[in-house]
Amino acid sequence: MAFVNLQNLAYKYPLTKTNALENINLQVREGEFVAVIGPNGAGKSTLCYALAGFVPHFFKGEISGEIEVDGRKSGESTLDEWVLNVGLAFQNPFNQISGAKYTVFEEIAFGLENIGVPRDEMKTRVEEAMSLTGISDLADRSPYSLSGGQQQRVALTSILVMRPRLLVLDEPTSQMDPIGTREVFGVVRRMAEEGMTVVMVEHKMEWIAHFADRVIALKEGQIFLEGTPGDVLTSDVLIENGFGISRYTSVAREAKKQGLWKKEKLPVTLDEAVEGFK
Amino acid sequence: MLHVSLFKRNIMNINIKDLRFAYPTGLEALKGINLAIDSGEQVAIVGQNGAGKTTLVRHFNGLLKPASGSVSIGDWDTTKYSVAKLASRVGYVFQNPDEQLFSRDVLTEVSFGPRNLGYEKTKVDELVKRALALTELSEKTGTNPYDLSPTWRKMVALASIIAMDTPIVIFDEPTTGQDAMNVARIANVIAVLKREGKTVITITHDIDFCAENFERVIALADGRVLLDGPAREVLGEEETLAQTYVEPPQLTRLGKKLGLKEIVTTQEEFIKAVVQD
Ligand SMILES: Nc1ncnc2c1ncn2[C@@H]1O[C@H](COP(=O)(O)OP(=O)(O)OP(=O)(O)O)[C@@H](O)[C@H]1O
Ligand SMILES: Nc1ncnc2c1ncn2[C@@H]1O[C@H](COP(=O)(O)OP(=O)(O)OP(=O)(O)O)[C@@H](O)[C@H]1O
Ligand SMILES: [Mg+2]
Ligand SMILES: [Mg+2]
Repeated sequence: MAFVNLQNLAYKYPLTKTNALENINLQVREGEFVAVIGPNGAGKSTLCYALAGFVPHFFKGEISGEIEVDGRKSGESTLDEWVLNVGLAFQNPFNQISGAKYTVFEEIAFGLENIGVPRDEMKTRVEEAMSLTGISDLADRSPYSLSGGQQQRVALTSILVMRPRLLVLDEPTSQMDPIGTREVFGVVRRMAEEGMTVVMVEHKMEWIAHFADRVIALKEGQIFLEGTPGDVLTSDVLIENGFGISRYTSVAREAKKQGLWKKEKLPVTLDEAVEGFK
Repeated sequence: MLHVSLFKRNIMNINIKDLRFAYPTGLEALKGINLAIDSGEQVAIVGQNGAGKTTLVRHFNGLLKPASGSVSIGDWDTTKYSVAKLASRVGYVFQNPDEQLFSRDVLTEVSFGPRNLGYEKTKVDELVKRALALTELSEKTGTNPYDLSPTWRKMVALASIIAMDTPIVIFDEPTTGQDAMNVARIANVIAVLKREGKTVITITHDIDFCAENFERVIALADGRVLLDGPAREVLGEEETLAQTYVEPPQLTRLGKKLGLKEIVTTQEEFIKAVVQD
């Protein structure tokens, strides 16, 4: 059975008129890396909240359908129980710092401390996680004295260190430098290989195509398209509906009109583009 | 009214000499920066997380003052003018919009800046209307910015700065999290400001956006200028850029792999080069 199972999920925030999510059916197997794309307001963050238990436990509102992770139903758990299995990195990294800690190291250790992980194990896990996200040198810095991208790395590391069974990332590289972005995608891929299930909202098509197993395209609260990155990210209906595409896809599309791109399939990655143009 | 006179253009050059800056923690974030940015230039600043990009531009509107060296905006040395005064010359859209927004609705937020600069009511109204139209916020004037998603809050922050009609405008990561439509809107804002002769300085990690919208690119690395020049030249320096964790634009990388003779950065250039090849 699927590790994540959303059945006919519909959700409406309090005091709003329309559903933010509607008719969502989604199954994700254990260890799968699923990327979620979609225009602003499509419901990407709301989907993340639903997976992480914040919808409906924190946001309230009206919900119908099922949210199941590892055979447990969100409706039958408390938020405290739920977050032991599911980690969420919020879209806005700037307000994720706990405010309780003086150093980046302690900030990242905070969650482990709360669940009573022994000091030695904690230290190893925090150091490991910091080296994965490239912030080992920030260990002794104050969490308030960081650049935008450094804050985002700290927020991401605080989630990774918990080793949740389901990792939900809402635009985790939005403030990161280009090569750092690619490295974070690589780290997430590795987590998935090791059995962590990942749902990641992103706009960076080139890296989605490189690293994700499957893409879900959301539009107006519904699943609009789903499939392999190669199929979804090159589909005409996606482009016609205001989704962003990689420059490789866009240039090959234009080149095709002029007879310069001869292949049937459009590229999303550099290698695919090189293959088709050479 | 929205035209910047020639006189104003000449005096709004930005001059940075041997700028050094350290935070109270002792961390030296800028280690000797020399730069000159002319009035009406469109400049992108790129570089690794922590390179000092935000720290640098916060010197332009006086939020930070040099530890040594100098920053001048036109004939004003920033150490001699308050942030409030500098706001008439430099508008800065924060990386984190929540540090910037404080009003209960979008209209009040966007009107605050131009009102504060003492413009007449008709001018304020005109500037606000234009800023809201450019950012597609005209329908959202009554909304509390905090009821909007982070992406739309960033658009509000952007609108409230362009409404101030300053000769220099700085955007700190304007496109993060924005969909294709909003990125196009932001590109349009930059083009409009350029036509009006304004200086636009944009910090961005989105190198494709950078290639498509800026003439000059400055790459910072560890508190210093690593590269500075025409976009095509800077963005073609793959190995040097890698030192600051930046990669060339997608089409530049593709052109290079295909062995095209010229460095290409945009779709038009790429297609042209392929046809010629
Ligand atoms: N706390 C909230 N209360 C009421 N409505 C909300 C709330 N959060 C989001 N919404 C609405 O739900 C819909 C989906 O929003 P959501 O934030 O999930 O979109 P998104 O795809 O993440 O967008 P973005 O790309 O801007 O982050 C939007 O119409 C939004 O206005
Ligand atoms: N308030 C602060 N106190 C102390 N150090 C700070 C503070 N803000 C930033 N720094 C440090 O100064 C250096 C430059 O930070 P800055 O914010 O200018 O980087 P940036 O280039 O804008 O990075 P990013 O791309 O992540 O936004 C970094 O090492 C950062 O940790
Ligand atoms: Mg969102
Ligand atoms: Mg910054």
